[in-house]
Amino acid sequence: MAFEGLADRLQGSIQKIRGKGKVNEADVKEMMREVRLALLEADVNFKVVKSFVKKVSERAVGQEVMQSLTPGQQVIKVVKEELTELMGGQQSQIATAKKPPTVIMMVGLQGAGKTTTTGKLASLLRKKHNRKPLLVAADIYRPAAIKQLETLGKQLSLPVFSMGDQISPVEIAKAGIQKAKDDHQDYVIIDTAGRLHVDEALMDELKQIKELSSPDEIFLVVDAMTGQDAVNVAQNFDDALGITGVVLTKLDGDTRGGAALSIRSVTEKPIKFVGMGEKMDALEAFHPERMASRILGMGDMLSLIEKA
Amino acid sequence: TKTRDNFTTKMNDLIANYRTVDEEFFEELEEILFQADVGFDTVMKLVEELKMEVKRQNIKDTKDIRSVISQKLVEIYQGDEKFNNDITLQEEGLTVILFVGVNGVGKTTTIGKLAHSYKQDNKKVMLAAGDTFRAGAIEQLEVWGDRVGVDVIKHAEGSDPAAVMFDAVQSAKARKADILICDTAGRLQNKVNLMKELEKVKKVIEREIPGAPHEVLLALDATTGQNAMTQAKIFKEATNVTGIVLTKLDGTAKGGIVLAIKQELGIPVKLVGLGEKMDDLQPFDAEKYVYGLFADLVDEVPDED
Ligand SMILES: Nc1nc2c(ncn2[C@@H]2O[C@H](COP(=O)(O)OP(=O)(O)OP(=O)(O)O)[C@@H](O)[C@H]2O)c(=O)[nH]1
Ligand SMILES: Nc1nc2c(ncn2[C@@H]2O[C@H](COP(=O)(O)OP(=O)(O)OP(=O)(O)O)[C@@H](O)[C@H]2O)c(=O)[nH]1
Ligand SMILES: [Mg+2]
Ligand SMILES: [Mg+2]
Repeated sequence: MAFEGLADRLQGSIQKIRGKGKVNEADVKEMMREVRLALLEADVNFKVVKSFVKKVSERAVGQEVMQSLTPGQQVIKVVKEELTELMGGQQSQIATAKKPPTVIMMVGLQGAGKTTTTGKLASLLRKKHNRKPLLVAADIYRPAAIKQLETLGKQLSLPVFSMGDQISPVEIAKAGIQKAKDDHQDYVIIDTAGRLHVDEALMDELKQIKELSSPDEIFLVVDAMTGQDAVNVAQNFDDALGITGVVLTKLDGDTRGGAALSIRSVTEKPIKFVGMGEKMDALEAFHPERMASRILGMGDMLSLIEKA
Repeated sequence: TKTRDNFTTKMNDLIANYRTVDEEFFEELEEILFQADVGFDTVMKLVEELKMEVKRQNIKDTKDIRSVISQKLVEIYQGDEKFNNDITLQEEGLTVILFVGVNGVGKTTTIGKLAHSYKQDNKKVMLAAGDTFRAGAIEQLEVWGDRVGVDVIKHAEGSDPAAVMFDAVQSAKARKADILICDTAGRLQNKVNLMKELEKVKKVIEREIPGAPHEVLLALDATTGQNAMTQAKIFKEATNVTGIVLTKLDGTAKGGIVLAIKQELGIPVKLVGLGEKMDDLQPFDAEKYVYGLFADLVDEVPDED
């Protein structure tokens, strides 16, 4: 398998440098090549990799790496610091409207995990924040999407608002918010249908829902296994809707998750939560540092430090 | 589709920007391939071979390299032999097709589409609701069954998927169905227990009908990056995957990792998904796929001189 961590990748360069005394610019360049490859293999977008490596190189060619006795470790340290910083701070809070109900809209590509995450968020809001959420079934397209949300609602003993699949999602969202007001629910989470970011008609529908419901949060739900296309997806959804945050799903898999970096750097919107499983309690706060280690292959990093 | 357009536009820009085949040209080509999720090793191999070919044929002008690129890509995909992408149906008796894959990639939807296509060929098709886990999964398959007009064999949510398969195979045999298509719950390949469960599901089918399942199709989402390789590898180990369905190719992602998967694991793509409707399924044609990526490059780029 080609999935080597950054540290593994750097071993070769480090062997060469060892015993040479000082590191020169060519050595740094060679190490940067490895950084680039490690990030590409982790699915970080090509363009993002380019600008990132440029930034890291500048730091590396300066004092930090070239003066260091352990340049390999130093490179990893610099890369990890920059990566962590790019990923932003930890922000797992959810907005609260001044006047309830707080409205949250879930959007994203097909199969990303919106409906599942809708259930998880509702569960979190009730458990951790002692809130009363209403789930709104605004996916009228996918077969049995409403049933799926209703089943989750039943599992969680939380109310689900639906009007069948013959009424426009815009109307459903509107009526759902009204229902929450009537019932004194303080959160409304709108589950929308998956759609391609280039599907203009369906993207328009989301804009209409947004206009009508003035959501306090618009969460873009993204599959952590997404490859190079993550930048296009995130950019288009953000341009169309002005997302407020990102939920990265299926991180319980073995993907490196470089999409996190791609999304973050094109939208500059925080990644707020990560999905860690199919069950309703498998939603966690996003940790930038952990994500950085994951993208770089943390296991390898420890082994390098031991070897070095 | 947009997929191809995007890719081809980039390739055309590349050809237009670089008159001569030099290091810079190759770097840019590398970039285009990376952005299509082709994967590191495959890109490196391709570019290496291209460089050799350019030397051998003494190619100087970028317009002369177009056909070489396409040819090489097809070669990488196919190897030497021209193989069969068809789904093999039994001449006589029941054909069983098992769907596997990670969560949300399009298994159930593809089953609906495939059932529709066989139904149109006047086959008697039945579906097995082997996803007893995900909320609404059984109902989703039932909606597809209704839509297409085929029977769905199901148990209650939460029941043993292997038992569903046993039942489905018995019913399909009793009702003299031509094709039984089996849905399974999505599972990430690193979940050991769930992969074991899948092996068990397959074993039940094997036991009931020697030689079955006749096809094990792995659904891969074209949006997925390098992880698709690991998916293919581990699902192959567990269920002896016979082919890939590349879904969601109607988006802007290219699913280029299938080139690497074919190269490394020998699993061919058999079908492509191009939307959410019944008719949005097509057989995979390797040459068309690869040439499609470079269509304009090969045929339509006007010479500037
Ligand atoms: N392992 C794992 N599976 C997840 C996670 N989040 C969602 N899933 C699974 O991914 C699949 C798709 O999830 P859904 O919630 O239906 O996705 P969606 O975005 O609503 O899909 P559409 O409505 O069809 O666009 C299901 O099998 C979920 O169980 C996660 O964090 N980990
Ligand atoms: N645009 C597009 N969407 C697709 C395609 N195939 C499936 N989908 C959509 O992707 C989402 C997930 O599809 P499913 O068929 O439920 O996927 P699955 O693999 O059965 O999911 P789980 O059973 O939850 O693991 C649905 O919204 C489908 O409509 C395709 O080729 N193109
Ligand atoms: Mg959904
Ligand atoms: Mg399914």
